[in-house]
Amino acid sequence: MTDLAWIDAALASSRPQVVAALVRYFRDVDAAEEAFQNASLKALETWRANGPPRDPTAWLIFVGRNSGIDAVRRAQKSTGLDGDIPVEPDIVDRLETADYRDDILRLLFICCHPELPPAQQLAVALRIVSGLTVPQIARAFLVSEDAMEQRITRAKQRIARAEVPFETPDAAERANRLAVVIASIYLVFNEGYSTASEQAARSELCSEAIRLGRLLLRMYPDEPELMGLLALMLLNHSRIDARFDPGGEIILLDAQDRSRWNRDAIAEGLVLLDKAIRHRSPGPYQIQAAIAALHARAPTPAETDWHQIELLYATLERLQPSPIVTLNRAVAVSKSRGPASALAMIDPLAGPLDHYFHFHGLRGALLEQLGRGADAHTCFKRAIALARSPAEAAHIRQHLDALKNSSS
Amino acid sequence: MLYAIFCYDNEAVTCAWSKEKDAEVMAKLGVVQDKLIAEKRLGPVARLMPTTAATTVRKGKEPIVMDGPFAETKEQLLGFYVVECADLDQAIATAKELAAASGSAGAFELRPLQIFRPGVL
Repeated sequence: MTDLAWIDAALASSRPQVVAALVRYFRDVDAAEEAFQNASLKALETWRANGPPRDPTAWLIFVGRNSGIDAVRRAQKSTGLDGDIPVEPDIVDRLETADYRDDILRLLFICCHPELPPAQQLAVALRIVSGLTVPQIARAFLVSEDAMEQRITRAKQRIARAEVPFETPDAAERANRLAVVIASIYLVFNEGYSTASEQAARSELCSEAIRLGRLLLRMYPDEPELMGLLALMLLNHSRIDARFDPGGEIILLDAQDRSRWNRDAIAEGLVLLDKAIRHRSPGPYQIQAAIAALHARAPTPAETDWHQIELLYATLERLQPSPIVTLNRAVAVSKSRGPASALAMIDPLAGPLDHYFHFHGLRGALLEQLGRGADAHTCFKRAIALARSPAEAAHIRQHLDALKNSSS
Repeated sequence: MLYAIFCYDNEAVTCAWSKEKDAEVMAKLGVVQDKLIAEKRLGPVARLMPTTAATTVRKGKEPIVMDGPFAETKEQLLGFYVVECADLDQAIATAKELAAASGSAGAFELRPLQIFRPGVL
């Protein structure tokens, strides 16, 4: 008899591929999800009694497909049309890796349909591809279950209306889909990573994004940006245990207890980055991973290679110009060349980043370092007004207190 | 006689284990390992990183470096090395050196280790 926990894990880890293959057969996401449910129920019975099959994924696809066909047969009987549907018993043998990988990419691509607003994309991908429950997703996004249910229903309706690309993609289309999907997986990760509250639920999003990244990389083993994405997620996630104090407040990178960083995740991230760099085809994810790697390699904050980080941000700026990237480069510049150079670099950003908490926070800190206490005070006040979490506000308040102490 | 025992499982499942579940499995295996150590029977124990961290060097006049694990079924696993390498480039250079020395066909799969215990043999 097979361990129930093992069956649960096998069902969860097979789900993306199984649902993806079933979507290809039924050309309908709802039918595929239902067939997966049926196959999972059969698996619980059969695997518990007889032990697991050699290839759980292929088993689930086969059984799911048949259960779907049965459903179609029943529907036809009830309408009096008893058509004969050919069953292909050798389907398991004919499942090629190439099919699998185009299936899973197609399913993710459907969920990341550009017509869907990003919040709906993420929710529907987590529901359909990852099989997270609506309450789980609702908790992670900090919305009510009803609201999340509605969001997912709306997204599914849109998907059903949209043209679903079922033909096998050519190389250019495959690359395009991969880029869209990579961006979406990183959004899922960041949704889990960037906000402090409800740590467990959000950490689940990070783990799910990492799982999807691994799955895709197994299928597209020579895509450097995919390696970069997985490396970046692993390196960032390695700090999860050190990022929050017991009260749930964020601890900034410099103040984190580095002995609590997950060394396994760091080692794996560094290997993936090594692999990616060998392709000599840099991209935004690889560069961000390289920056995260420099932080991970530094035993103490003082030993961080800020000069190299500055160069990497400069490269990222060329590939993906954005005021946020420039702001990050300025942080590195302030560490390697001092606050005056950094201040000069961010002054032109005052327009585009006027409503951005971190801009005013950094500007205040630079002014503080340059001894311009009154100007710093104004910046910190503005930053506090823009803070999105108590932790952000608390951090700025520390700066304000320090200013007060130094002037009194 | 020394025996090597290779572990196979579905890594999509094992990678999805929670930290607690992983620790639980490792602890159960640790009990057996400790017994083998007490009997002075245990050599090196290694846990490999996932196959996504693998690189394969296909032997030949000009060895070819490929991403991912060794996926052919026409060849069989014949042996392994555990080598300290500063980075992937050094691991690949080492594999190429071995490839040149062996002169035969086949491939080397390079898998970084997540856990290594030297054992007592």
